[in-house]
Amino acid sequence: MVQTQLTDNPPPKKEKIAAETLAQNQREISVSEFFLKNRHLLGFDNPRKALLTAVKEAVDNSLDAAEEMKVLPEIKVDIIPVKGEESRIIVRVEDNGPGIVKEQIPRIFAKLLYGSKFHKMKQSRGQQGIGVSATVMYGQLTTGKPAQITSKIAPKKPAHYFELTINTKNNEPVIHKQEVVEWEKDHGTKIELELEAKYLKGKQSVDDYLKETAIANPHAHIIYTNPEGQKMEFPRATEQLPKEPKEIKPHPYGVELGMLMKMMGETKARTLLSFLQTEFCRVSSKVAKEIILKANLVEDVKPIKLGRQEADNLMKAIKQTKIFAPPTDCLSPIGEETLIKGLKKEVDAEFYAAVTRPPAVYRGNPFQLEVALAFGGSLPLDDFVRLLRFANRVPLLYEQGSCAITKAILGTAWRNYGISQSRGSLPIAPLMIMVHLSSVWVPFTSESKEAIASYQEIIKEVKLALQECGRQLASHIRKIKKRDYETKRKKVFELYMDELVESLSSLTHFDKKKLKDDLLIIAQKRTIGGEDASE
Amino acid sequence: MQVNKKEERRDPKITTIKLKKAAENVVEEAHKHKNPYIDIPVRSLSNVHFNEQQSIIELGKELQRRYFFNVAQAKKFLQTFLIASACKTLIDSGKTTSIRDLYYMTKHTIGDSNENTFDDQMDSDLIIEDLEVTIDALREELNLFASNRGALVGPLKLIDSGDKIDCSKMGSGGWSVPSIVEKNLVEFESCEAKFILMVEKDAVWRRLNEDKFWKKHKCILIHGQGMAPRGVRRLLFRLVNELKLPLYVFVDNDPWGFYIYSVIKQGSINLAYESQRMAVPSAKFLGLSSFDKDIYKLPDNVTIKLNEQDKSRAKQIIQYPWFKSKEWQKELSHMLKQGVKLELEALSAKGISFVTDTYLPDKINNKKWLD
Repeated sequence: MVQTQLTDNPPPKKEKIAAETLAQNQREISVSEFFLKNRHLLGFDNPRKALLTAVKEAVDNSLDAAEEMKVLPEIKVDIIPVKGEESRIIVRVEDNGPGIVKEQIPRIFAKLLYGSKFHKMKQSRGQQGIGVSATVMYGQLTTGKPAQITSKIAPKKPAHYFELTINTKNNEPVIHKQEVVEWEKDHGTKIELELEAKYLKGKQSVDDYLKETAIANPHAHIIYTNPEGQKMEFPRATEQLPKEPKEIKPHPYGVELGMLMKMMGETKARTLLSFLQTEFCRVSSKVAKEIILKANLVEDVKPIKLGRQEADNLMKAIKQTKIFAPPTDCLSPIGEETLIKGLKKEVDAEFYAAVTRPPAVYRGNPFQLEVALAFGGSLPLDDFVRLLRFANRVPLLYEQGSCAITKAILGTAWRNYGISQSRGSLPIAPLMIMVHLSSVWVPFTSESKEAIASYQEIIKEVKLALQECGRQLASHIRKIKKRDYETKRKKVFELYMDELVESLSSLTHFDKKKLKDDLLIIAQKRTIGGEDASE
Repeated sequence: MQVNKKEERRDPKITTIKLKKAAENVVEEAHKHKNPYIDIPVRSLSNVHFNEQQSIIELGKELQRRYFFNVAQAKKFLQTFLIASACKTLIDSGKTTSIRDLYYMTKHTIGDSNENTFDDQMDSDLIIEDLEVTIDALREELNLFASNRGALVGPLKLIDSGDKIDCSKMGSGGWSVPSIVEKNLVEFESCEAKFILMVEKDAVWRRLNEDKFWKKHKCILIHGQGMAPRGVRRLLFRLVNELKLPLYVFVDNDPWGFYIYSVIKQGSINLAYESQRMAVPSAKFLGLSSFDKDIYKLPDNVTIKLNEQDKSRAKQIIQYPWFKSKEWQKELSHMLKQGVKLELEALSAKGISFVTDTYLPDKINNKKWLD
């Protein structure tokens, strides 16, 4: 809940105003109201971005849901223009996920900040849990129409259809219609909503987002129809589901004061000692005792009884205590082989490379970096490299400039790898660089989740991964140069051949055609790929 | 032996056969799918040696294998056979041509490229020299000649291409020395000269001709316009050997002048294969000597400082085996020590005809020369 002072009624005269008078103007505003005023924070700044955000939130949820059920995601995305309403668009996203039980449907789609992901320390696409319901509210606010949800959890169970809006005053779902419908699907969820939006192609478009999603999720099959009726299919490149990420408890180094206080208020642990041991990872009783001692507290105090001052002491004590890094087996990277498969199916290049770094830790949060490159082929020759950024397999389309990944790319000496780069700008080459960060908690710079915060640990890992890929690329570029040189050599020989044969023919007699053929054979043998190529 | 063999013009068929053999070798190698090559004797300091007995520079046995399938050599390889083919055409038709003309004959654009077979006559001249040494044929045997360079005056009568020439009546320009002076073209009829004076420079030669130095001293006066061309060298060789005349060389006092003298005397590094028929080991160096400035009391202002190029050239020459004699080492060391050079014109500081009236007679009569 957010307290704010409304200034609609400025005091008319320079009178002393009693606090009571002021209090009349002070009231609680609901999250929904707050959202209404701050829609840009959640990615609904303008009609174009609103469309992307709507699709993104729905697709991210669908992918997460299918993976949770361990089925290969089948996702259908339709963007349909609304007749007679040029500024409106209908978005329909359908998946083959586990579906949602009837009772939960209204809250999941029509209550902000409701969900299973926010409290979990687990690598997942959506992590703020504000996503899909925010889209429902945006649609409702801009068109007045409810969202239509259909969900089915098993072949023999009925499919439930809901029409929902959010009560913006109390952040509770409003059910406009609810019925059992026929749905040929075994299980899955479909959401359809109308919103004020604008469809444009090019960079940061839905098309781009889905294409990039397909690259980072080669196990998914996505069928997309744009408002022009063009159908695009992103086929599956691997039948292998990603390794399921494990949920871990937070690491003490990663916890913030507010979070610590909240955890202390909600814990079932009866003593501070057991709270520290059970709610955090890597805290043994020895470590817990050390923290408590340093915080000048007692072991058997009830956590719920501790206030802000004590929490603050605990925070300081944690910082002074040496604690093992969190376990890193909780992460699910894409993997080098799959990265290349994903790139290959969407980008026509002549060289691919991928590197998955070992996991690392920033502020108590495990993370893992991956870089994949595509070089040459259909990529533009004299343009800046194309950078694809991903966090937990979700493409990041906005705020490239302020992202840690971009900073790491700018800080890498590409010239060492045969790629030209001017100071402080992206390299220029027929190159696509894909960087993927997996983490239980991705440190975004803002709520719209578009740029990764510049932690030194993260930048360092990105650079190391880039360097590893860069070395592979450099060796490829050397090979091309060698090949080009050989081609040039061959051309030189071929150019002189006719002249030579003519000159020789005036000196002695021989079969000109035979000699020419012989010379061509030698040229082939001694140049490109020939056994004697390097004389 | 070799001298005699090369004395006479050989059957042109021999040259044709040699050219044919080089071409056949290329075709054979190509049929074996091997990189075709042509072996060319190396024409550099590393492959010449000084024959002390004969006192001439000789070409060694070192060969450079020029391949077609080598980016650095492919073009030269092609050029070699372009020149060979053009020479074959000349020989077959019994025509001769100048090396400049041959350059234009063989110069053209290759295929549909922007590249020419030759871009500079220097390139084709070098290829001609490569070819000469490769198939052991003289330039004239390839039916080639260079433009005339150098001139001669003196009490000498000769027949040049059937025309009788009296070299004592050649006016101010003298008889222009052709590039080919073989017996079939140039024949000596009579000679009253006692010696030959070879000067480096055209200008000094004119001074001596104007003063009728050759008349007074009964000599053949010849110049080569700088480095003596092959025609002049071959003519000197014949004059010395056939008419038994002593040869005196009169060049600038600088490393270049010394080298001109040594080329006449022992042969050149680049054309070492021609030494046998061109070098005149009996040639004497009259001057200018580094010591002449003091001996003839020339004023200080006639000297020119040695530049860096002169100094390094002098240091090279001092190492050549044919400059190893005590006198020459002294001469070169003195030049380097003084750090100055003298041009022939320096003698004019003592009067316009000092060279003809005083200097040369003194040098020749008193045998003040270097060997």
